[in-house]
Amino acid sequence: MNAHRKDVIGRADGTVLEIRDLEVTFTTDAGQVPAVRGVGFDVAAGEVVAVVGESGSGKSVTARTILGLLAETAVARGAVVLKGNNMLTLGARELRAVRGDDVAMVFQEPSTALNPVYTVGWQIAEGIRAHGKVSRKEAKARAIEVLRKVGIPEPEKRVNHYPHQFSGGQKQRVIIAAALALNPALIVADEPTTALDVTVQAEILELLREVRDDFNTGIVLITHNMGVVADLADRVVVMYQGKIVESAPSSELFAAPREDYTKALLAAVPHLGRNSASAGMVSRSGQEKEVLVQATNLNITYPGRLGSPSFTAVDDVSLQICAGEVYGLVGESGSGKTTIGRAIAGLNKVSGGSLKVLGHEMLGFKERSFKKVRQDIGFVFQDPAASFNPQLSIGECVAEPLIVHRSLDARAARKRVDELLEAVQLPAAFAARFPHELSGGQRQRASLARALALDPKLLIADEPTSALDVSVQAKVLELFKELQAELGFAALFISHDLAVVDMLSTWVGVLYRGKLVEEGIGNQVMGDPQHPYTRRLIASLPVPDPVEQAIRREAFLKAV
Amino acid sequence: MVITTEPADEPSAPLSPITAPTKAGGSFARYLVTRFLLIFPTIFILVTLVFFLMRVTGDPITAALGGRLTPDQLAERIAAAGYDRPVLVQYLEYLGQVFTGNFGRTLSDNRAVSEVLTTYGSATAELAFNSLVIALLIGIPFGLVSAKLRDRWPDAILRVFAILCYATPVFFAGLLLKLIFGVWLGWLPIAGRAGINAELALTSLQNPSGIFLLDALRSGNMAAASDVIEHAVLPAVALGLLTAGVFLRLVRTNVIGTLGRDYVEAGRSRGVSEYRLLTKHAYRPALIPIITVMGLQIALLLGGAVLTETTFEWKGLGFMLAQYLTARDFVAVQGIVVLLAVIVAVTNFIVDIIAALIDPRVRF
Amino acid sequence: MGATTVTALGAKKPLWTRLPIISHYRMSAGLQRGMLVAGLVLSVVFVLAAALAPVLAPFGFAQISDADGQFPTQAAPGGKFIWGTTVGGFDVFSRTLWGAQTALLVIIIAVIASIFLGVFLGLVSGYLGGWLDRILVVLADAIYAFPSLLLAIVMSIVITGGQSDLWGGILAAAISITVVFIPQYFRVIRAETVRLKAEPFVESAKVVGASTWRIMFKHVFRNATRTLPLIFTLNASEALLTLAGLGFLGFGIEPTKAAEWGYDLNRALSDATSGIWWTGVFPGAAIVLTVLGLTLVGESMNDLADPRLRMRRKSRRRGGKATA
Repeated sequence: MNAHRKDVIGRADGTVLEIRDLEVTFTTDAGQVPAVRGVGFDVAAGEVVAVVGESGSGKSVTARTILGLLAETAVARGAVVLKGNNMLTLGARELRAVRGDDVAMVFQEPSTALNPVYTVGWQIAEGIRAHGKVSRKEAKARAIEVLRKVGIPEPEKRVNHYPHQFSGGQKQRVIIAAALALNPALIVADEPTTALDVTVQAEILELLREVRDDFNTGIVLITHNMGVVADLADRVVVMYQGKIVESAPSSELFAAPREDYTKALLAAVPHLGRNSASAGMVSRSGQEKEVLVQATNLNITYPGRLGSPSFTAVDDVSLQICAGEVYGLVGESGSGKTTIGRAIAGLNKVSGGSLKVLGHEMLGFKERSFKKVRQDIGFVFQDPAASFNPQLSIGECVAEPLIVHRSLDARAARKRVDELLEAVQLPAAFAARFPHELSGGQRQRASLARALALDPKLLIADEPTSALDVSVQAKVLELFKELQAELGFAALFISHDLAVVDMLSTWVGVLYRGKLVEEGIGNQVMGDPQHPYTRRLIASLPVPDPVEQAIRREAFLKAV
Repeated sequence: MVITTEPADEPSAPLSPITAPTKAGGSFARYLVTRFLLIFPTIFILVTLVFFLMRVTGDPITAALGGRLTPDQLAERIAAAGYDRPVLVQYLEYLGQVFTGNFGRTLSDNRAVSEVLTTYGSATAELAFNSLVIALLIGIPFGLVSAKLRDRWPDAILRVFAILCYATPVFFAGLLLKLIFGVWLGWLPIAGRAGINAELALTSLQNPSGIFLLDALRSGNMAAASDVIEHAVLPAVALGLLTAGVFLRLVRTNVIGTLGRDYVEAGRSRGVSEYRLLTKHAYRPALIPIITVMGLQIALLLGGAVLTETTFEWKGLGFMLAQYLTARDFVAVQGIVVLLAVIVAVTNFIVDIIAALIDPRVRF
Repeated sequence: MGATTVTALGAKKPLWTRLPIISHYRMSAGLQRGMLVAGLVLSVVFVLAAALAPVLAPFGFAQISDADGQFPTQAAPGGKFIWGTTVGGFDVFSRTLWGAQTALLVIIIAVIASIFLGVFLGLVSGYLGGWLDRILVVLADAIYAFPSLLLAIVMSIVITGGQSDLWGGILAAAISITVVFIPQYFRVIRAETVRLKAEPFVESAKVVGASTWRIMFKHVFRNATRTLPLIFTLNASEALLTLAGLGFLGFGIEPTKAAEWGYDLNRALSDATSGIWWTGVFPGAAIVLTVLGLTLVGESMNDLADPRLRMRRKSRRRGGKATA
């Protein structure tokens, strides 16, 4: 993997970062909580070390410790040696001198990491001027230069623009430019592509690769996404509950993981092309059955405010879902996929065309006449934490559809709630718990139980697993699949993740800026995409296998 | 006095310091126009509200002169002033008059209300300006210090100071200031806007602005100027402290919000000093909601001015309002209240525009 | 208030620990706990003074003579009149105690009335939206931007035409203050309702087919009112300050019908010119300490409710910097 590097530096003299026996403890309401327990690894110049782990693994805390950016409630012990300085013992002034100059950081959320009231040039120049005497003019010239390096077109003009005038991907480029401004030896990138769409992610990963190659910068890449790791990392450190589970060169780790945790983690990652629900299928199934959802030239617009133009979220979409079928709807942010799901559930108004849900026309929607239809529709929301009333117990939440539609008495409802919880593999005792007492995966199971309470004919699942860790996601998806097979409900499965959609749905639709650009059997759409956008979407999705990903990347770069 | 807009009242407000007036973007010109048009319903509602509320109790003449005239005389006066007509007719007439700047004549001393407004308005403006300066000088720097040193002892002291500032009614603060600096120490005068000599000299000027300090400086009367300043200190401090407490809390809450933002952490990761992070990165974005809420404090300031002016016999609109209230002269009261409503609406408009100008997301 | 309505079903913690003040106390630490406790002490003293005024006060609020004859006027503190007497011969100590009673009554009536009306209007307006919502918002905003003292004056003119007796005065003051505060509660609850309306848990109730009333009260109301204890304490202090302002301008309660701090301060103003401090300082200090107490409680509750403003016990001093 290192062959392409201009100057390969031996580990002995090229090490820019050394972490030894790092322990970080937080003081919380519940007392002392260890976040990082005895972590140690090195990063060499021009090397990308990925630190992977699920939430709570301590990877982000480790990243922040490298820059000395810990919260006041945290205490760190051990050694984080960056170019000879132990970051844990430096005073405030020395820390400031090191930050930006020797080590820089790229943040997860590009939209919040830039100050909205200053121009991007001002923010880059400020970092330059914080290190040594540089004139305003010179700093700006250097800001233009780095903006050009990260591929911002017309940097002379763009340097005077404010963050909100850039797109999400461009903002992340600007942040990388700010990090590069003083040519640091090390860049810490904390989930740099998590907030971005997959096509933009591919571009940012490419940019980081160029940074490493051109400037010989060491990169610590914090991520939960195994595809990103496979794409960019030279070496991988797997963390779990504050400890390092396994550490190995990337190619080795993916090919032959040693530890059970790593194996399980890799097995849980959805891999495009494996595990397809439509494997072996050649024609759309179940078309003879009852048509549950029929959209014809569907149009949904959001009215503009005070004279500003309205926004068309869904543009001339026609699709149909038959009983028992799982329809997968894929698209990036702003594609209109969620809007369609919400319109089917009567949460969004339809502006044009026709949308028939269980025989009920949604154009000119009236809640009163639709209420009866609602008992045949279940809905699972994206954020399991927010989809339960924090003031009600899980049992009360799951029982709500029963109370509303069946007016069951408490005992009968209780019995049904127990059955439902059992069906989603939760202990019956959870009925008495409050939502905040459950983990994300457990909440999403309960959410599924609530959606299935009335044996609906149609289930709408809007990104049901994107807020979950991979291993939890795998279990929830498995459960979903089992329940669907057992109960035979039709489902609209909405996701940005092609691999997840392919795992669950037999028929897939691809949305792009409100239009349905492609539709077909899952394995055909994934294997032989027809529309250029679908091709780009699939090509930019990194797979969790460095060898395969390297081939895919070459193909992607050629295509672009 | 009353804290009308405490950031803490709206727990969601300080948590989202960036609430641009127009979230959807849109051009600045459009924002300007729509915001300007919003002034009118506000004024209209208040004029209507005040008119009908004041009229529920009966006609102003009975209220003012009820005991002193015979029923016949009273009826005559009421008919002459047109108060015997249907209320709706009177209301429409009043609206038309207000629109042309005619607020009627006072009953107790038979002056045009508009003349009262122009004569005493400048004194209130002077008081409001002085106290605003004091409030800003105290509120902003101490608010920044308090936010930065959050939950350490300087913050605790500043917070208690801020609460004390607004827990103390201005008339009690004024009473204490008068006692200490006027009576016991004898440093400063305790009533009025100027000594007799200075006041005579200043009111006999040609084309006076009504703002004594300006007039004194313009006419080169340094003795009068220093006299005016001495008189201005205590009322401005009393009213200024009240507002300073609110500003301090406002700055603190909003800056604490922005200090926790990613862009501050990003600045820190580039080696920017803590001082700059506070005064540039956290303060500037926080300023947008701060200014908006400060604009709403004009109501607090004007309400406080009524009490301050009464306490210090500072002959401004508030002082006159209290006088007319005692005299039950509701025509005058209504005129002053309506004028204050107009001032509040216009100030809020100006402040919102300033806030929008600071926010690049509205400008571009 | 909201926290107390949680069904105890399956809750791990005992109910009493989730009551507003107690739960806040248990969460607090360091300086924050100090501020909360100081505020609680001051508030309790205020309530006790109000409740026990008939027992504690040596004289009536309008009493100017006893068996020994007329009270002296403007007597300095000491002896029989521990805080002195006023120009009219009232005992300052007694009037300050009785004043607490008036203040407490007005606060309770005003805050309860404005909470009920404001919360109801905010909830309905925020949830249903439409033209009713738009009208109410414009109306509330207009009133909100207006000096509340002036509005209270106008209201008290409407209600009583000026001065009145104890209950008339208390009701008049309370209703005036209510009208002023309804827009504030309205704004807070409406904003919260609009926010909650977009929350997935409300939408999921909608998808389930729950009726509008069920959603409004079962889902939105319970969550929207969690900030009420905080608003309650803050507005209680505002109500007190408005009452004092009204009294100071002569729109309160007649001095022979009840004691009122603002009115006493008005009378004390001319005393101050001649160096008589005790007639003003005691009622003034009573206002300041009461408002300080209520505000400290409210502010602490606000900070503790927000995890980002909440202070945590630190393991050591300045634990943020690493010690290696």
